[in-house]
Amino acid sequence: MSESALAISGLHKSFGPAHIIRGVELDVARGERHAIIGPNGAGKSTLFNLVSGLFKPSEGQVLMNGRPISGLAAHEINRRGLSRSFQVSNIFSNMTVRENVRCGVLHSMGQGYSFWRNIGNLKAVQKKTAEILEKVELIEKAHMPAALLSYADQRTLEIAVTIAGGADVILLDEPTAGMSHSETDRAVALIRKATEGKTLLIVEHDMGVVFDLADTISVLVYGEIIATGRPEEIRGNPKVREAYLGEEADEQPIGGAA
Amino acid sequence: MSDTIANPGQALAPSRGEKFRQRVLPLIFLAMVLALVPLMAPSRTMYSLLNAIGINIVFALSYNMLLGRGGLLSFGHAVYFGLGGYAAMHAMRAIEAGDGGFWSAYPVFGLPLVGFAAGALAGAVIGWPSCRRAGTAFAMISLGVAELIAAAGFMFASVFGGEEGVTGDRMNGPELFGLSLGPVGEVYLFIAFWTVVGTGLIYGFTRTPLGKLSEATRDNPERVQFIGFDPVRVRYLVFIIAGAFAGLSGGMAAVNYEIFTPESLSLHPSGFVLLMAYIGGIRYFVGPVLGALVLTVMQSMLSDFTEAWLLYLGVLFIAIIMFAPGGLAGILFGTGAALRRDGLRGSLGTLGVKTCGIVLSFLGLVVLIEVVVRWSNGYGEVFEPFGLALESGSPLTWALVTVLCAAGFALLRIAARNTNERGA
Repeated sequence: MSESALAISGLHKSFGPAHIIRGVELDVARGERHAIIGPNGAGKSTLFNLVSGLFKPSEGQVLMNGRPISGLAAHEINRRGLSRSFQVSNIFSNMTVRENVRCGVLHSMGQGYSFWRNIGNLKAVQKKTAEILEKVELIEKAHMPAALLSYADQRTLEIAVTIAGGADVILLDEPTAGMSHSETDRAVALIRKATEGKTLLIVEHDMGVVFDLADTISVLVYGEIIATGRPEEIRGNPKVREAYLGEEADEQPIGGAA
Repeated sequence: MSDTIANPGQALAPSRGEKFRQRVLPLIFLAMVLALVPLMAPSRTMYSLLNAIGINIVFALSYNMLLGRGGLLSFGHAVYFGLGGYAAMHAMRAIEAGDGGFWSAYPVFGLPLVGFAAGALAGAVIGWPSCRRAGTAFAMISLGVAELIAAAGFMFASVFGGEEGVTGDRMNGPELFGLSLGPVGEVYLFIAFWTVVGTGLIYGFTRTPLGKLSEATRDNPERVQFIGFDPVRVRYLVFIIAGAFAGLSGGMAAVNYEIFTPESLSLHPSGFVLLMAYIGGIRYFVGPVLGALVLTVMQSMLSDFTEAWLLYLGVLFIAIIMFAPGGLAGILFGTGAALRRDGLRGSLGTLGVKTCGIVLSFLGLVVLIEVVVRWSNGYGEVFEPFGLALESGSPLTWALVTVLCAAGFALLRIAARNTNERGA
């Protein structure tokens, strides 16, 4: 078996005296859908920011496909095939849906910072943009300004921009937060479709989504991974129950609904 | 329908006809208008006004590459205008010297290209440190750089000519298109040519990948990193190109005025270009064009009628910021959209009320400003519109100011309420 898509070892991050990530060890196999769960303030988003290059780790390293990426600038990491979404919608709000996706496609189509080409004449870019809009079912709304989309559609667009560059490691930060039941179901179906054949690392609070989507689950508590395993292993793990649900652990099974 | 599925990319893009109408036609229209002007045999004054407008159009458009498209608020854009202008000025002197080198073969007509290169170079040097940050830090750095360069302009007299500046003579060197550039009418053709070229190229830039990335970086620099681009690099490249076009307009100004002083590098023209872009409307490509047109006309015509013209400019700026953030272009397009939506009859009422409100409150303001300015001068001069003596002490004056302003504001409120009720 070849090396993991992501291999995180001995990762630490402090902000001044606050030691947020305390020695995370995590392996994400290629093609795996891996969820990270944990209580609020456990450091899930910080971990994402470290892996994606928004923050520099204080210690430790991150390997992607066997090559170190920790310490690189975020756009460099993205160019090597890692893309991410954000907890709050993070799109280009003054552009139309199509322009958003088109920007996401540009780099993978070999377009640098060029200022001598007409973007409208780049056939390959147009084609790829349309394909992605089809895939996420936003093609009907292609000409709407992104800021005017409904919340759920904005989240969908966020995912569309995230996958547009063709990255093979995708990080999704709470993709269904704030969505209704039916919207969540649609989002999960979309994520499944959009990340087919790719490695997915996802942070999510909705246990239904986690147990539905993930092949492997890791539990992050106070900056450390306390357990990693298949969903059913995690569900039964007493350490996880205690950390995650505190005293109510006995009454409420994790992800009971799923 | 089968076409759409077979070729979805093409279906999404606007049709050829739409592209032509929206993108090419306005430029052709601009070129035609500029080409028709000489047929109306304008006066010398008219020609110089038009030349100033042309220069300011390119300058304001270059500024809006930063502010409107890039989200970068610069307080020192005149630096690139000025440095481009000085470079063109020195090149003009080299052409005049005619010592048989490169410059003796260079036509004065091409001097804006020298300005373009100098502006780009200045942008590349100054942009390197200043583009690392956006927002407030960028604005402050631009302010500091502007002060620095302007001060240097006054200190290094050998390059910038001290207080008197650098002068030259444009009627030298090889002639291009048979233009001696002596008479103002020929200079007009030169300005018109470069205005169209500058406008066309700056518009073209908005259609390039970098132009789109610049808008993306304005909206969300964090996201830009995760589509594989470095926002600092994007800003830096845009900054260089904006500097280049400012330099181009500086080169146009050098040929037009045949003089450049260190004043041109200072905060004053930097502020003026901000006003032009903002009043015109930074969210629209034509915004700065309208702003340059209106402000240049105000600057040269209004100052003949009233010494308080800067006050009017200030009032216009504040009114735009508070009530019409889309600028003049926003007002135009907004009115156009309302006309299309509600039809002439439906929108005429609100539009009429709004216009009356603006006119009345403006008249009140005119009386106030003119009376106060004359009182403050202390020459005992009296403001007499249509033979009506409005003295600063007379109750009639103040009643007029109050009634006009109150009526104007009331009408504007009614108009605003009508618009709200109709629901956006």
